[in-house]
Amino acid sequence: MNAIEVAGLVKRFGGKTVVDNVSMTVAGGEIVGFLGPNGSGKTTTIRMMCGLLTPDAGQGRVLGYDLLREARKIKREVGYMTQRFSFYEDLTIEENLAFVARLYELAPAKAHVERALEELGMTSRRRQMAGTLSGGWKQRMALAACIMHKPRLLLLDEPTAGVDPQARREFWDEIHRLAADGLTVLVSTHYMDEAERCHRISYISYGKLIASGTVVEVVRDAKLATYVVSGADLAAIAASLKAAPGVEQVAPFGATLHVVGSDRAALERSLEPVAARDGVRVQEGETSLEDVFIQFMSRAEDNMR
Amino acid sequence: MSGLFSFTRLGALLVKEFIQMRRDRITFAMMLAVPLMQLVLFGYAINNDPKALPAAVVATSQDRYTRAVISALEITGYYRFDHVVRTVEEGERLMASGAVVFLVTIPSDFARRVDRDDDPTILIEADATDPAAASGAISTLGTVAASALARESGTVNARPSDIEIVVHRRYNPEGISQYNIVPGLLGVILQMTMVMMTSIALTRESERGTMENLLAMPASPIEIMLGKVLPYLIVGAVQVAVVLTAARLLFGIPFIGSVGLLLSAVLIFVFALVLLGYTISTIARTQMQALQLTFFFFLPSILLSGFMFPFRGMPDWAQWIGEVFPLTHFLRVIRAVMLKGAEFSAVAFETGILAAFVLIYSAVALTRFRRTLD
Ligand SMILES: Nc1ncnc2c1ncn2[C@@H]1O[C@H](COP(=O)(O)OP(=O)(O)O)[C@@H](O)[C@H]1O
Ligand SMILES: [Mg+2]
Repeated sequence: MNAIEVAGLVKRFGGKTVVDNVSMTVAGGEIVGFLGPNGSGKTTTIRMMCGLLTPDAGQGRVLGYDLLREARKIKREVGYMTQRFSFYEDLTIEENLAFVARLYELAPAKAHVERALEELGMTSRRRQMAGTLSGGWKQRMALAACIMHKPRLLLLDEPTAGVDPQARREFWDEIHRLAADGLTVLVSTHYMDEAERCHRISYISYGKLIASGTVVEVVRDAKLATYVVSGADLAAIAASLKAAPGVEQVAPFGATLHVVGSDRAALERSLEPVAARDGVRVQEGETSLEDVFIQFMSRAEDNMR
Repeated sequence: MSGLFSFTRLGALLVKEFIQMRRDRITFAMMLAVPLMQLVLFGYAINNDPKALPAAVVATSQDRYTRAVISALEITGYYRFDHVVRTVEEGERLMASGAVVFLVTIPSDFARRVDRDDDPTILIEADATDPAAASGAISTLGTVAASALARESGTVNARPSDIEIVVHRRYNPEGISQYNIVPGLLGVILQMTMVMMTSIALTRESERGTMENLLAMPASPIEIMLGKVLPYLIVGAVQVAVVLTAARLLFGIPFIGSVGLLLSAVLIFVFALVLLGYTISTIARTQMQALQLTFFFFLPSILLSGFMFPFRGMPDWAQWIGEVFPLTHFLRVIRAVMLKGAEFSAVAFETGILAAFVLIYSAVALTRFRRTLD
């Protein structure tokens, strides 16, 4: 059974369409990354999926329950970690966890709290106020609270924003452990490396879902040509290539230059004079997910103009 | 296990609310200190029993009975006869300008009537815009005048009942006394703190971002509502205890009626208030709006409930508006029970209205409650 199956979701705020006809399917046990620039509608989409916002159009099922009519049942079996820390800052870690345990009627609440504290290595910090925790600890506490009631679906909204790389790594290890136990995860993120740790990704831009699939599929479907330029005087070459026909992205990567375009022939023609220079090498390179996303973003901007 | 109501879930919300209340030291202190401060401040400000109030006497004759009555009145300490005028008009002018608070008119036939034992009359006009002050002075009047006359005539003829004292309370027919004020103050203080505290219940969650999480978890609207308002019933109970004890110790307010009846009425009143506050918080989007709505409600309820001005002295339309405030009905109940010793049957109707407010506010709050972030 699919954990998420929504079709044609639309949400408008004051006449502005923020989520525009989004359809998405997430299979049970999958980790799906939800990507897109700020303000593209990720949070709004996730909120519709857990019954916190009513869609203006569209329908679907989450965990087999009807999105519009069975929000209460969905809430019981979904763990939703909000983008902004939304536990009580004036309660201790332990008090927050106890609050959640009782709200989900976990019995005995105390044992559940102890287990959650232990599993997340927070036993020694149990009496610390949640508001005084660092970003990484807040995120761990929020995750612990979200999975305490053993949800079948985890919706994570930019869980690793403002968290250091090591904590992020540990967080993702935990996500994979949970998924291995059968939990389905939909996680929104900005980070490319995180996208690559997902089984599949979906990319949203200005409220429209414009790509989905595995990372390899998304990169392949973007049909981009990428060349790597190395050698001397790269700054001048970059400047000359910016306006050249067929060149859509020029980005320095260490001692090289990545030149990306969707029209391979035009791109190659523009690169010919560069390749002819002394001491400059031009090689075909692999298109990265980041190249693809930047392409998506600039294309979307062009469409808006 | 799920359902619309679970004691476990309500318990979770209550525990959380109590912890937060305890941690918010300033608010917590305010909830206990403010009522006491207000009671002392207003109680004493209104309770003062000023003496030597300026008075004028309109005495057309200067016989010995008239002089005896006047000097007896002066000896009570309430009156200070600064002005002796010849005509009533002159006296009226002094009173309208505020130069005197009392105008005592002793008719020219007073002495003759005393001698003939023919119902002598004294007219006292009191500026009752300051009713607490006026009432003390007036209440001493009958006995003082009568005993003065008795002494003067050397007989036992003039029993108090023989002198007819006509009192005109000017500008304020009901004449609120301080006993009336302090029980009312309990209602006003409760209204102030209870409505204000609960009016920010939901907006505070929204502004701190915790609402999103709360709504994502399986708490039902009725559980959230009760979780927010019930803790304040306890705060209200503490306030009631503080205010009633202080009313007794500081002001010697008589307490005639049944304590159980009074406390039950107070409980219903406080329940209505916290639900009103909660209703406000389902309407307001920000804490600022919630406080504005609260104050928008406070002023008319204090002015039109019969706390500040006698209810029956207001025009009909104002009385109709006054009826929509729980405070109005609470004042009737508490004054009746505390000061007049009313039985339940006498206040059953007003108590019923308070209970109706509880139901109405709950219904409105539950309808207004937004289960989503839309
Ligand atoms: N409650 C709301 N009222 C009005 N506009 C909103 C509301 N929530 C989000 N928006 C707007 O919708 C757009 C998408 O927001 P959001 O879903 O938060 O994007 P993302 O999570 O991808 O950054 C933004 O332009 C945002 O300003
Ligand atoms: Mg977001």
